[in-house]
Amino acid sequence: MARLADHFLSEEHLIFREQTRRFVQDKLAPHVDEWEEKKHFPGEVYQWLGDAGLLGVTAPEEMGGAGGDLFYAMIFAEEMCRSGSSGLAAGVGSLGISLPPLIHHGTPEQVDKFVRPVLAGKKVSALGVTEPGAGSDVASIRTRAVRDGDHYIVNGAKSFITSGTRADFITTVVRTGGEGFGGISLLVIESNRDGFSVARNMPKMGWHASDTAELAFDNVRVPVENLIGSENGGFYLLMENFASERLSLAFMAVEMAQLAFEESMKYVQDRRAFGKTLAGHQVTRHKLAEMVAGIDLCRTYNYALAARIIAGDNPMMEVAIAKNKSVDMASEVIDQAVQLHGGYGYMREFLVERLYRDIRLFPIGGGTREVMNEIISKMILPR
Amino acid sequence: MKILTTVKRVVDPDAKVRLNSDNSGLVTEGLEAKMNAFDQYGVEEAIKLKEAHGGEVIVVSIGDSAGTKEIRTALAMGGDRGVLVTADMSEIDPKGVADLLAAVIEREAPDIVLMGKLSVDSENNQVGQRVAAKLGWPQATFAFTCEVADGWATVGREVDGGTANVRVKLPAIVTADLRLNEPRYASLPGIMKAKRKPIEELTPDDLGVELEPQLIIQGYSLPPARAAGEIVDDVDSLIDRLQNTAKVL
Ligand SMILES: Cc1cc2nc3c(=O)[nH]c(=O)nc-3n(C[C@H](O)[C@H](O)[C@H](O)COP(=O)(O)OP(=O)(O)OC[C@H]3O[C@@H](n4cnc5c(N)ncnc54)[C@H](O)[C@@H]3O)c2cc1C
Repeated sequence: MARLADHFLSEEHLIFREQTRRFVQDKLAPHVDEWEEKKHFPGEVYQWLGDAGLLGVTAPEEMGGAGGDLFYAMIFAEEMCRSGSSGLAAGVGSLGISLPPLIHHGTPEQVDKFVRPVLAGKKVSALGVTEPGAGSDVASIRTRAVRDGDHYIVNGAKSFITSGTRADFITTVVRTGGEGFGGISLLVIESNRDGFSVARNMPKMGWHASDTAELAFDNVRVPVENLIGSENGGFYLLMENFASERLSLAFMAVEMAQLAFEESMKYVQDRRAFGKTLAGHQVTRHKLAEMVAGIDLCRTYNYALAARIIAGDNPMMEVAIAKNKSVDMASEVIDQAVQLHGGYGYMREFLVERLYRDIRLFPIGGGTREVMNEIISKMILPR
Repeated sequence: MKILTTVKRVVDPDAKVRLNSDNSGLVTEGLEAKMNAFDQYGVEEAIKLKEAHGGEVIVVSIGDSAGTKEIRTALAMGGDRGVLVTADMSEIDPKGVADLLAAVIEREAPDIVLMGKLSVDSENNQVGQRVAAKLGWPQATFAFTCEVADGWATVGREVDGGTANVRVKLPAIVTADLRLNEPRYASLPGIMKAKRKPIEELTPDDLGVELEPQLIIQGYSLPPARAAGEIVDDVDSLIDRLQNTAKVL
């Protein structure tokens, strides 16, 4: 179905979507069940995507990207979800949350060393914000980087780091100054430095194709030239980064709801109960109608929001709204899809079962539902 | 080498189509459209020929003005320029398409024309053959291999029960089957570059072609709804049903 949201797109966006869909469906989708079961996707996937030019669609051309607008990144995220594994999308997508500070604020040397090889699919990057003792309250992180000549010495730990077990480097949030968000910096830490270790790959509910690591830093010496932007100026870069991460989570959630809807459409027109197909029961048809309505509303909001960001706005509140509403809608739609599938909806061989586990992360990751509501309420209430 | 290839914009074959109220046509409004699958193989082969022999790839489409998307897709894959003949596809039959294409081909005078073997929407499988007949050119249809050298094309053809190898003297029409190649994916830089490649828009009048359909579709109907199955008690009653109800034994 052509969609209201598509009116925000140009012919080039539509062509890009078709080509990306063909690539994902031909090259990735056939392996997804296996990668989900093995809880791992092979490293060469980065190379395939790099060769196809899909890793840097919004990065500037002079850095090895394609210089496309935000819609291209969102379309890529949607189509990666359509592989059937949002975990795969997230694993590959760790570059989308770890590179932007380097792309926007990195030195030419940092771009050559860190950005180019990741966009080419030759290196893997991850973002390290969350710690065992600090998540939502980012300003209280405790991983410390102490200056020692032309190096920092880093001590601390990070948890829940997507792609952390295989990353070549981590864009790491460290404390270089005093308490609070004025003492935070972003530092690139290579995983082959002495004192860096992957404490463990954390077993989890969903997103099975991706790895989620706990990392330990024990007197890791990191050269000062790995600092992104200015010392103690990391918080602003981080906020900027959160906005794009949240927006892509909103787009991904809508696409997961779309998949759940499509699976349900197939199932209810085939499965029979009490002498007719499930679709023959009015209550089922109304469920489908509500699914479509929720998906369409959220998708159109997200596309409108992306168009405003491309035009130069920085709508913090709307990004928070997009994330919460898309995620809540998708959680509801996917729950209904499992219900429509009956017992089969609980079984591994049905996609809705995976979607159900995977969507549970979305109200938590990239800023929780409550944190989004904090952002919204701060914008609407007088201080 | 001058290579001409054709693309048709078709409704996504996976989309669910509905009939209009008087069953005279399909409701395609609001459905996603994309390049006919077989044309992708023709385009890929055209670009491979250009890469091997040098020259130019011209992408031709007939249909409404939205068809620039399918032309641009082929340009993003590596085509050089496009020609769109705007025409109402609901009022045009395979002969009309062939007449228009033959007129474009006469204007462009390519060395070879690569087309899809059929379009997945109407499945007439006539246009390549008709164009060849109209121009008096040799044709090699259902190609699964294609080599060009010294003014000849050697084409492996998919035929019933096996394959046939033919040689055709250029200029010739070759229609692609799905084993011919693996169509490439247009990259985003390719897509952006394609935006600046020229697409010429023509009308049937510009080409001096008078469209008089000789094939008129009278109406459509959907396949009858599948009736519920029935479980029989034993083999005897199964045979009885097959003989007397289904009448297949
Ligand atoms: C699969 C997965 C992948 C992840 N990938 C990464 C990654 O790549 N990089 C990274 O840095 N992090 C990553 N994370 C971490 C994620 O961003 C955090 O889990 C998230 O920000 C929440 O932090 P927390 O887990 O510490 O929860 P907490 O902050 O401890 O929150 C616990 C609960 O308290 C609520 N709460 C907190 N503050 C308030 C408040 N002020 N008012 C009301 N309620 C509040 C929260 O909403 C939540 O419900 C990942 C997490 C998961 C599960």
